[in-house]
Amino acid sequence: MVTAAPAWQVRTRVAAVGIRLRVFEHVLANGEGYLSQACSAAEMLAMLYTRTLRLGELAQPIEPGPFTGTPGRDNPAYTTGAVYHGPIGPDLDRFIFSPAQYALALYAALIEVGRLAPDGLRQFNLDGGTVEMIGAEHSPGIELTTGSLAQALSQAAGIALARRRRGDTGRVWVMMSDGEFEEGQTWEAIANAAFHGIDNLRVVVDANGQQCDGLVTTVGNLDHLPERIRAFGASCEEIDGHDLDALDTAMRRETPGRPHVVLCRTDPAHGVPLLREKSPLLHTLRFASPAEKARYQAAYEAMREEFAR
Amino acid sequence: MSPEIVARPHVENFIAWAKDKPEVVVLSADLTNSSEVGKWRDTYPDRFFSMGMAEQNMLSFAGGLAREGYTPYIHTFAVFIYRRAYDQLAMSIAYPNLRVRLIGFLPGILTPGGVTHQAIEDVAILRATPNMTVLETGDATEVESVLDVAQAVDGPVYVRMLRGAVPRLFPRTEPMQLDRVRVLSDGDDVALLTSGVETEEGLRAVRALRRRGVGVRHLHVSSHKPFDDPEILASLERASTGIVSAENHTIVGGLGSNVAETLADAGLGRRLVRIGLRDTYAHGASREHLMREYGLDAMAIVGAVERLTSERYGITPEELADESLDVEPRVAVAAANADSL
Repeated sequence: MVTAAPAWQVRTRVAAVGIRLRVFEHVLANGEGYLSQACSAAEMLAMLYTRTLRLGELAQPIEPGPFTGTPGRDNPAYTTGAVYHGPIGPDLDRFIFSPAQYALALYAALIEVGRLAPDGLRQFNLDGGTVEMIGAEHSPGIELTTGSLAQALSQAAGIALARRRRGDTGRVWVMMSDGEFEEGQTWEAIANAAFHGIDNLRVVVDANGQQCDGLVTTVGNLDHLPERIRAFGASCEEIDGHDLDALDTAMRRETPGRPHVVLCRTDPAHGVPLLREKSPLLHTLRFASPAEKARYQAAYEAMREEFAR
Repeated sequence: MSPEIVARPHVENFIAWAKDKPEVVVLSADLTNSSEVGKWRDTYPDRFFSMGMAEQNMLSFAGGLAREGYTPYIHTFAVFIYRRAYDQLAMSIAYPNLRVRLIGFLPGILTPGGVTHQAIEDVAILRATPNMTVLETGDATEVESVLDVAQAVDGPVYVRMLRGAVPRLFPRTEPMQLDRVRVLSDGDDVALLTSGVETEEGLRAVRALRRRGVGVRHLHVSSHKPFDDPEILASLERASTGIVSAENHTIVGGLGSNVAETLADAGLGRRLVRIGLRDTYAHGASREHLMREYGLDAMAIVGAVERLTSERYGITPEELADESLDVEPRVAVAAANADSL
């Protein structure tokens, strides 16, 4: 028996494909870019922004402004990319984005959910803008400056502890990539958050098995990751990161007294099987020849047509 | 005559100071009693967080707390703040200009713990870090008053903190002030700028030199950044023979470099003798031994003045040890008046 997908899944699926399409379109126009991250994380980001996160509403999408300086005492008007997440409130969630190299996919997600102006990607990586290639905390949707990887989880734990002390009921969500589990700070953060019972801290990890140098398995050792995370005192659920039902169930899991980690096994070529030819170097896509670019253009057109149906 | 020695001034002072400041929390990385906050923890257990021996997480975590309105006071040894976790300090605290207070104990060679425990380039590194305020305590009065100075800064503050038996060189009525030097003696031959424990050495040297007719304008520096007190340049200009800086730190990037930059920025040509660790690491030994071995003691300051004046004053270590360290009331009053301007 075939049952129709629930309405939320249709919306989330549309957003996920929309993220891939927007990033794909940008990479084709730009001649290179971060495509595999959108392939692996589209469902996670779509899930977060359309279903999981409780964020403040925006009256309308925000047009990204120019870079107005770094934070400091002489720059009192400074604001962070958190404004794209709407007004904050004690019952609302916060979303901390750790792998800043995924910024393109994040911006695409923000457009899909009406938080960033539809043509916001046109400012991507432009001099003097805020839609930076490796986003910092002035960039859309980015609350912390996390381009030096694995610092976000610790900061998010501090934010979560502060919110718990204040009696906030909203949660602090962090999106991470699996490569960040090679950094020692990640393990310090998990152990300490578990020690302090920071259970309003929720982590979703894009375990796409990829990092800058190639396959994670050829760069370091991240074997037995769920077991390691649990051994450090957090809850960990390992799922298929493209399965919306699995994502929904795992992200809703209550884990009193422990931070919760949803480890999403993903495919860095999901939706764009052509990318597998480039494996294992998927960090950024560069076209080797006009002929190759034409093949990607055709793949993009096919994805767009299928989406339109 | 020796100055009053205060036992562990930070312990009770910090407890009393934090009483009506619920936003103040303390983070520690397994050096709680060593950083004189064991009693603070027992007094305010719900505001104290043990972060394990994990400084990278501690610094980033503090940034998160500060973003939510708390003012974390990190208490650990100075080395573990800026050496062990510098990227976290820069990206999770300094870049976003957060109100985190980094209280660094055992600055310079004040520990027999050896090279791993000796923060000898912290001022250089943190002075070079945008948004940072860098302070150093030189006596019990400054240990007690640095908290108000730090708390008033809208951004991150690093403090070189003294612990244990700390002399009281300055009256309680003259607290530390941001970006204000203390004028400890007056004279037109040599300007002497000292920070931290070097000020006590400077006081001894200046008394003996004065008896030989050498006029020394002695400034105590507690604010490495900002370093803009007009009294500094005015004193450098008046020094007809030259300038001596003395710091419990490498001579690269700290107080001596700060003075050199001030001279160069003003286009002022003066000889400068920098006392401090001469681009070297140290090792584990007593404070007295290390200060003598690396030329950080009062005799070294006398020697620096002798280099500038090309004189020999025949001052002995025994004479220096006997010096009274009381700050002259006349100069102290003048300094207080200058501060109020």
